[in-house]
Amino acid sequence: MKPAHSARLLLPLALLGSLVAGCGGDDGSDPVAQADSGESVLTLYSGREPELIDPAIEDYEKQSGVEVEIRSGDSAPLAATLLEEGDASPADVFLAQDAGSLGAVEAEGLLAPLPPEILEEVPARFRSDGGGWVGITGRARVIAYGPDVDEADVPDSPLDLVDPEWEGRVGWAPSNASLQAYVTALRTIEGEDVAREWLEGMVANGAQAYESNTPVRDAIAAGEVDLGLINHYYVAQAIAEEGADYPVAVKFPPDDLGSLINVAGAGVIASSDDPGGAQDLIEFLLAEDAQTYFADSSKEYPLAAGVEPDEALVPLDQIPAPDVDLGDTTDLEGTLELMRETGAL
Amino acid sequence: MLAGAAAALPGIYLLVLVAGDAGGAISTVATARTLGLAAQTLALTLAVSATAVAIGLPLAWLTTRTDLPGRRLWTTLTTLPLVIPSYIGAYLLISAVGPFGLLRDVLDAEQLPSIYGFAGAWLALSLFTYPLVLLSTRAALLRLDPQLEDAARSMGRTPRQTFTSVVMPQLVPALATGALLVALYVVSDFGAVSIMRFDSLTSDIYITYQSSFDRSSAASLGLLLAVITLALLAGQSWVRGSLRFDRAGPGSIRPAAPIPLGRWRGPALAFCASVTTVALILPLGVLIYWASLGLGGEGLAVTELATNGSNSLLAAAAAAAAAAVLAVVIAILAVRFRGRMTVTLERISFLGYALPGVVVALSLVFFGIRIAPPLYQTLAMLVFALTIHYLPLAVGSVGSSLLQVPPRIEEAARGLGRGPLEVFRTITTPLVAGGIFAGMALVFLHALKELPATLLLAPIGFETLATDIWRQTSRGFFEAAAIPTILLLVVAAPPLYVLAGRGTPPSS
Repeated sequence: MKPAHSARLLLPLALLGSLVAGCGGDDGSDPVAQADSGESVLTLYSGREPELIDPAIEDYEKQSGVEVEIRSGDSAPLAATLLEEGDASPADVFLAQDAGSLGAVEAEGLLAPLPPEILEEVPARFRSDGGGWVGITGRARVIAYGPDVDEADVPDSPLDLVDPEWEGRVGWAPSNASLQAYVTALRTIEGEDVAREWLEGMVANGAQAYESNTPVRDAIAAGEVDLGLINHYYVAQAIAEEGADYPVAVKFPPDDLGSLINVAGAGVIASSDDPGGAQDLIEFLLAEDAQTYFADSSKEYPLAAGVEPDEALVPLDQIPAPDVDLGDTTDLEGTLELMRETGAL
Repeated sequence: MLAGAAAALPGIYLLVLVAGDAGGAISTVATARTLGLAAQTLALTLAVSATAVAIGLPLAWLTTRTDLPGRRLWTTLTTLPLVIPSYIGAYLLISAVGPFGLLRDVLDAEQLPSIYGFAGAWLALSLFTYPLVLLSTRAALLRLDPQLEDAARSMGRTPRQTFTSVVMPQLVPALATGALLVALYVVSDFGAVSIMRFDSLTSDIYITYQSSFDRSSAASLGLLLAVITLALLAGQSWVRGSLRFDRAGPGSIRPAAPIPLGRWRGPALAFCASVTTVALILPLGVLIYWASLGLGGEGLAVTELATNGSNSLLAAAAAAAAAAVLAVVIAILAVRFRGRMTVTLERISFLGYALPGVVVALSLVFFGIRIAPPLYQTLAMLVFALTIHYLPLAVGSVGSSLLQVPPRIEEAARGLGRGPLEVFRTITTPLVAGGIFAGMALVFLHALKELPATLLLAPIGFETLATDIWRQTSRGFFEAAAIPTILLLVVAAPPLYVLAGRGTPPSS
């Protein structure tokens, strides 16, 4: 290569580089820009699937005239981002996939308490005791099964999956938050020993560990395993996508913990410069239109406004619900330790 | 210095997190489980690095020093697999050769042996990282003085003896660098190991973040990764430091005459073709099959894909350029002004690549919002993050090229009255151009597919092909990610072809 060439090439690069390197040198005298603009703009950190949440937010924008900027990501890294940002966060609302992420942000005092009229939209078990967040939709832990298993043969409780009959035939996702929440609930309600025995039994019985719920479902569809512990809507969505002959079905197990309900929820960031607007957005998500939309599109359980779930689902109040405070499922340290000790993780 | 400080941010962040609770950090790290994970991670790292060298070295030699037909094309095709995100790659492998994959249908077998665990992680990571060795070795081969080989040949050595006794030793630094980059990739990878259900340190860090938001114990594990990285770096620098690679004599390098392959032409082509088939054509085939399944319903959002594609290109090209500039500075300091400070600087710059993407992203959230709030979550911030994250790729390539440039050429130019900047511009830069281009290609390919930092640090609404892939997979349908993944390959190919042309000897 000729020298002239490289000089021509490197000059703009050097300019670019110095521009980028300049980032570090700023003294930060100019506070976060959009704060004082007259128009209302809300910033939403959303840990939910964009395809699911975006249409609901667009409806809100149309209805309210407020512009909502959405930063989508996975719930846990977004929660960690909020923790790092602290009081300087540009976010107004945090919408998360699980109570754990919301609980972690609330525990650092970064969520402003919601007024009672918003909290009381949903049953007490689907909101934070501290009032920092409220559940928007719910999902049930179910046993999914493939075409080679008769519905009648599917066990009535995940605890029965340690039976030799199911050796090597069960898929689960131990690193997934939903399963860990189940184990936490199991520890809280049935006791440490039951939880330990179950985890040890699952490992000894050759339960196949997958990365998350979707691979478990796909493994059942492909015939890799016959049963799987997942959330109800993964199958409902696949049926909606692929048609009624989709090879996986679900059973809502009635015994022991029943079909534990986890929630996706939302809270207002304490440092928000527009807490009223942020609350308004959450109210919108709890109102009838949005709740109906969630029930139809994601097949999750609506939690507010008296909206009925998808008719193929067992109604929420008929799911045998364990008496567990979802707030307790944010304490996962012990669960992780137990899962590691038993070899489940 | 500024470059070094910037590159050190992720490491400083980890120290800040751990500082509050040093005892806790030690108890997190010093458990049988964590040490076991470290051992497993190391075993996978070594296996993948060795495989990557076994694939990358022959490809590099064939595409630079022989009369293999279509050298530039083969270079492009065999480098492209690097742009496939590792979780997509692993998922592709599972659906192709997993126990219930497409291959089973083709063979009409009951069930194929499981590839989950070590074997699957090894296969996926080897297939998608060997281009790291290929690119760095190519750059070194192109800098190699053919006079040495001519001398060896004229003294009666066979081509094979010449290769082992003359060429190979010269390639050691580049191979060490390539293998090091592969090792760091493996150490920090989350996608492939999680899909392949292999437990590594990085998967543990992710689980810790995800489940307990226990940032200090995640940071302790991150620091353990950093220690492993420094050990790997010490190994590489030991290999590099003990030898001299530059030419003793004066004069410039003329292009090497291509070695005629003769009757080996067939096998050589077959080798290139089979690597291309396994690492590129097969994954692409599965992707196209998936895309055809997904096209039934809604049409293609062409404008959206075009916007995402150009956003990806913009961010990746800017990061590649910025990394090239920083890398030249760091490499010159580390190679020409070797001292404790400069070597430390070089090593620190590698940390960004060894840490999981989410850790790098969070460290820049931490510093970005404190030090430069107006730039927080802007394009400049994203480019900065990508640059820091992938800087070692460029430092490695430029550094090993620089080792082959004799300092006395620069000294001579200085002696003839040119200023240091002038020498740098007219002498050094052209001589290490091959390394700079290889480094840029590496940074570009990585930045194109980067996800965690893009999600957290890009301006709101700045969608890239990688975030589009994430959107699709977050719905639980990997198949729906086929089109953006194919587009990723399409977008990467032309710049790669141009970069591959730099230094490929003319065809005749």
